[in-house]
Amino acid sequence: MSPECLIVAAVLLPLISAALVVACHQRPNLRETVTLVSGGLLLAIVGRLTGSVDARPAINLVDVIPGSIDQAAIAIGFHAEPLGLLFALVASGLWIATSVYSIGYMRSHGEQHQTRFFCCFAVAIGAVMGIAFARNLLTLFLFYEVLTLSTYPLVTHHGSEAAKRAGRTYLGILMGTSIVGLLLAILWTWQLAGTLEFKAGGILDGHVDPLTAGLLLALFAFGTGKAALMPLHRWLPAAMVAPTPVSALLHAVAVVKAGVFTILKVGVYIFGIDLLGRGGSSVWLMYVAAATLLSASLVALTRDNLKERLAYSTISQLAYIVLGMSLATKSSVIGGGMHIVMHACGKITLFFCAGAILVGAHKTRVSQLDGLGRKMPWTFAAFTIAALSVIGLPPMGGCWSKWLLALGTVEMGQWPLLAVLMISSLLNVAYLMPIPLRAFFREPPETDDESPGTGEAPLACVIPLCLTAAGCVVLFFCADPIYQFLSSITWK
Amino acid sequence: MNLEQLPILQVILPLLAAPCCLLLRRSRLAWGFAVLVSCSSLLIAATQLHIIHHSASGSISYEIGGWAAPWGIEYRLDRLGGLVLLVLTAIAAVTLSVARRLLQEEVPEERHHLFFATFLLCLAGLSGIVSTGDLFNVFVFLEIASLSSYVLISMGRSRRALVAAFQYLVMGTIGSTFILIGIGLAYMMTGTLNMADLAQRLTMTLDSVYAEGASIENPALPVNQTRTILAAFAFLTVGLALKLALFPLHAWLPNAYATAPTVVSTFLAGTSTKVAYYVLLRVTFTIFGLAFTFGQVGLQFLLTPLAIMAILVASTIAIYQGDIRRILAYSSVAQIGYLVLGLSFATQAGLTAGIVHLFNHALMKSGLFLVVGCIATRQAGLTLESIRGLGRRMPLTMAAFVVGGLGLIGVPLTSGFISKWLLVSAALESGRWLVAVLVVTGSLLAVVYVWRVVEAAYFLEPDDKTTSEPHDAPAGLLAAAWVLLGATLVFGIYTDLPVGVAREAAASLMGVGS
Repeated sequence: MSPECLIVAAVLLPLISAALVVACHQRPNLRETVTLVSGGLLLAIVGRLTGSVDARPAINLVDVIPGSIDQAAIAIGFHAEPLGLLFALVASGLWIATSVYSIGYMRSHGEQHQTRFFCCFAVAIGAVMGIAFARNLLTLFLFYEVLTLSTYPLVTHHGSEAAKRAGRTYLGILMGTSIVGLLLAILWTWQLAGTLEFKAGGILDGHVDPLTAGLLLALFAFGTGKAALMPLHRWLPAAMVAPTPVSALLHAVAVVKAGVFTILKVGVYIFGIDLLGRGGSSVWLMYVAAATLLSASLVALTRDNLKERLAYSTISQLAYIVLGMSLATKSSVIGGGMHIVMHACGKITLFFCAGAILVGAHKTRVSQLDGLGRKMPWTFAAFTIAALSVIGLPPMGGCWSKWLLALGTVEMGQWPLLAVLMISSLLNVAYLMPIPLRAFFREPPETDDESPGTGEAPLACVIPLCLTAAGCVVLFFCADPIYQFLSSITWK
Repeated sequence: MNLEQLPILQVILPLLAAPCCLLLRRSRLAWGFAVLVSCSSLLIAATQLHIIHHSASGSISYEIGGWAAPWGIEYRLDRLGGLVLLVLTAIAAVTLSVARRLLQEEVPEERHHLFFATFLLCLAGLSGIVSTGDLFNVFVFLEIASLSSYVLISMGRSRRALVAAFQYLVMGTIGSTFILIGIGLAYMMTGTLNMADLAQRLTMTLDSVYAEGASIENPALPVNQTRTILAAFAFLTVGLALKLALFPLHAWLPNAYATAPTVVSTFLAGTSTKVAYYVLLRVTFTIFGLAFTFGQVGLQFLLTPLAIMAILVASTIAIYQGDIRRILAYSSVAQIGYLVLGLSFATQAGLTAGIVHLFNHALMKSGLFLVVGCIATRQAGLTLESIRGLGRRMPLTMAAFVVGGLGLIGVPLTSGFISKWLLVSAALESGRWLVAVLVVTGSLLAVVYVWRVVEAAYFLEPDDKTTSEPHDAPAGLLAAAWVLLGATLVFGIYTDLPVGVAREAAASLMGVGS
């Protein structure tokens, strides 16, 4: 298959698998086989695409908005470039891990509506592929909305009153910001540049003054609600009512990363880092990101609910990536791109562990975890490794992306931001490390012994989380290929 | 085949078919005949649009009885008219083809032939408005269409339909009277009723319009500077705003749509306000002209705020409705705001957006009302409480509703997105920042009112746990709804037909050579 066909196949495959999942709803084993097989196929397809990324394969499917005299027609179209491919690789790789995990989790938890769950999951992955390979802003916007809509049933999966309320917050903030902010920003870009194509070096250079660029950037940054920049972060903790596999893949990897990916891509291919760096239009965004970064970490410290603490941690880590884009240097943008990978791997492990603790020991709060490390050694070992990676300590992958981001602040001479990064790492230690420490070193409470379900979660849950934890270590040693891969982005 | 007679056939065919329906009496026969007629109308409209779109002049002119305009009555159809006719007849054909099944619950069988006769009359009236090039003819056909729609609405099952029809009758008659006064005043000053001729004479000076020897106070004054013409314009626009249900003259619409038989709501939601919008375009752009309407009178200063109010207020009211039909009806009032907003920009891009939205919204809203009809075949209640859990009981029906709802919101890949895209970019192009922001805010409100229905159907459990097997609406009905809503998807992806035709229509309305 030609690379162009491979891209289209990568977008369509999850959607086809969603249809098959529905078709097999009477036979759960067959249904799960479909999910796993398509996960494997998708990874293979995206993997093959990495070989041909240097040629930048691109394909337009159909012109959706006819062109006029000043403006080019806009098509639904896809292309492959390093940033998007890396995102697709991460999402498709972790999809397999999550599928295995979900099967274990959903079955041992006896959840309802499993067909709807797996179907929406597949559609969401298809939307992520669409975002990753989008050739222009319109295509990206289309799949961005598909992602919002397809994840809504997952967030409200339990159907309880709390779930419905959370679902409204989720949909309200994500849809609201995307329509008022992102759509307006896209239309404005179209007016200014006459095109929406992602081009190396950006399309806005020469069309905007620094003030307009700053305003437009604000519309993009706040319009992308999925990036959870404060004060538009409320949906992310709210979405934690979803079953844990959803939180793991969607709210640590796919949805939030689709947000920051959008911001990175807009920064690199619409504005161009030259324009942002030269005019200083992104300076304000650095400080918004820095404020989000610190305050989300501080909030995380106060949360006792494990998933909620992880959610605030995610908000903080997303701000690192936005910071990387707004610094607009080569190393900071590569650092931001790399942080997508590193954080995805670390955070999904943490969520897997949170789910495993729920399945194995029926615990949801940090304060209940005392002494649990002895009953669930694998889970908590994985948690420790992933936490170290998220904090950014060697020998875990997370240290490289934070290193590059710090390098970016130094290059730009933004010393206060360097301080913010360092303080934030300390805060990360403060809110993540107590969890394994409690589990391993505190005595279990006396009354806990008669409670049911003491021991590890089912194997289908434990194996994926060990694998992703191992991934955190492997990424430390594989950072160079990723760095080289992202360096091949054409900057000018 | 001689295609020259098509413009008159478009009108005369349903007009003559209506009394024939009366004679047929038997429900099935009358229905079959009406479907045949409406399908022929669709064919005629499609052929006409094809001819117009590929002709050099971009219009067809037909002189009734061979009397040349401006003395005889001229039928004139350009791209805009062709497009409106196409939507109108398409919706009529789709609606009629399922009308008998829908009527079974709502109108006793012995009155079906009356229904079909009135329906065809309404179709004839609406087609006539679009086809004619004569302003008085517009009034005549407007009355035919309005009177028949009062009758159609009053056939609704609940007795509130009578009140709604009466309310519409009163408001509609005031509107028609205003229009008639406006036409009269214009005729008084120019002595002509032919639109093209009228447009020309309005810009001439008084002495060149009047016969020699008439005593005129200020002979060099152009006709359209006189106070009489200003009054004529005011009467015409207010009358049309009433027919159009432009906020705040929309009070008749929600009641009428919510109580009429679903066939009637389906048909009228997609056509009657659209045709009124067409006449408004004709009056403001073709007859009075850009310079008069937007330069001298400054209609945009009235229409822009009203349109925005329509979008925001009606959408907000829609959020608080408990009946699906009322949600859709208030949504219609809001969507009319979008149409008028496009007009009020007085730019080519704005007009294009308005015309495209006319096309798209007609398909969407008719489709959605048809879905409501589908639901009504299986259960009596149409409130948000009674449709709980309907997503599982009627999966295909509710899926169609979701498609239409996404179109109303303007989600990409639906035709609603295209019209909103064009409208917002037209606003940005002319530097109307605030308007652009308010338009997208309107979409947000649409998210809320659509989502309330979707949430009720898919995510709320019904009170009585009667988890019956999936039982969709009858296949024919469902197919018709999917034809209309499928079209919103198709025209959301292949936009060449509506956008291409609308662009050229807008260019010719603006007086720019296409």
